[in-house]
Amino acid sequence: MTGACKTGHHPKHHPSDALLVGYGAGSLGEGLSLALALHLASCPECRAALADIDAVGGALLEALPPEPLERLTLADTLACLDAARPERRPPSRHFVPPGESRTPSLLRPYVGSLAAAPWQRLAPGVRRVELLPRTPRGGSAQLLRIAPGTALPHHGHGGLELTVVLSGSFTDELGRYVAGDVAEADDEVRHQPIADGHEECLCLIATDAPLRFTGLMGRLMQPFIGL
Amino acid sequence: MRGLAPLSSPSMTERDPLEPTDEMSRALLAVATVRDRAAFARLFAHFAPRVKSYMLKLGAPPQRAKDLAQDTMLAVWRKAELFDPAKAEAATWVFTIARNLRIDALRRERHPEVSDDALAEHEDDRPRADALLDGAQRAKRLRGALSDLTPEQAQVVHLSFFADLAHPVIAERLNLPLGTVKSRLRLAMGKIRKALGDEP
Repeated sequence: MTGACKTGHHPKHHPSDALLVGYGAGSLGEGLSLALALHLASCPECRAALADIDAVGGALLEALPPEPLERLTLADTLACLDAARPERRPPSRHFVPPGESRTPSLLRPYVGSLAAAPWQRLAPGVRRVELLPRTPRGGSAQLLRIAPGTALPHHGHGGLELTVVLSGSFTDELGRYVAGDVAEADDEVRHQPIADGHEECLCLIATDAPLRFTGLMGRLMQPFIGL
Repeated sequence: MRGLAPLSSPSMTERDPLEPTDEMSRALLAVATVRDRAAFARLFAHFAPRVKSYMLKLGAPPQRAKDLAQDTMLAVWRKAELFDPAKAEAATWVFTIARNLRIDALRRERHPEVSDDALAEHEDDRPRADALLDGAQRAKRLRGALSDLTPEQAQVVHLSFFADLAHPVIAERLNLPLGTVKSRLRLAMGKIRKALGDEP
């Protein structure tokens, strides 16, 4: 696997502006934000779009009516400054432990190393590891490894589901998705993804609130786990 | 959640927003380079009351909002060296810090972000738009574009930033088809990109 950041390759399937605004505004759940971050890591075009969205956040912040703070607060804060250790610009490349180099850095807080992750067999040719258990606010994120030629069940989406390809590729009715590409599925989309390459397809699947969740993971779990 | 409290009109502000912004960038650089406390006091006076306002809008109780404003300003002090005026306005940078602290504190979640370190692995071959328009011009055009949004477009932008609502939830709250909310956000961002000269 080559990871989401293949030099020289830019993704062709991008998230909608609605998703990018949600990411920049901080209104998406952590799972969806993780999926967006993985795409952004390999997409200069969407990083430029996000810079504009962050700038909108800055302009809206400046336009808010100031809420007075007690005079003490600045004094309190100044008193804390000596204890606050400045952060230095990190070195351009940090040390990557052997064996970790193929795990995208964005995934490391969730899974450590991909190779050592607790992969569960979900179905013939499909393994998964949960990155983000359901939070109270909702949403989830899982990694799937799909063997070449494996077709997932045909399914629709009650909520919002994002799939980001990390390596390998898959094809569905809407196109072919390779490393860095995002497939954005909502309740207007039904599709049947097939891992179409010669190598295993590694992808992250994230959803929003659990009440809305009837997407790919749900359909996968029902026939194979819920028997 | 203060969700659908009456939405202010999209028009931004009466005062000229450019001057304080430039001054704020200079103050941030003074903190970064010489740990200038007087510059920090100016940053505090400008941003802390606005960050408190942001936290209140997003549902933090007053004491919590004050603490988060203070935490944001402490992070500004600690991270000042990471501020790059070629990449963002001071307000943009402070916004991202406040946003991340808010997600961490009020939602107990992280906001996964691409580090500059990860980006070093692959070169960005797209010319930066900032190279074409200077900071003050960008700031002025951005505020112009925001005040040009239709009320419907401004509403979905405000709900995204100030009500912690993702677009499917906005659609439910406003009783609109999901596609309508998505297209309003797309049109809003199209106007902003056009104003900034960032259209692909």
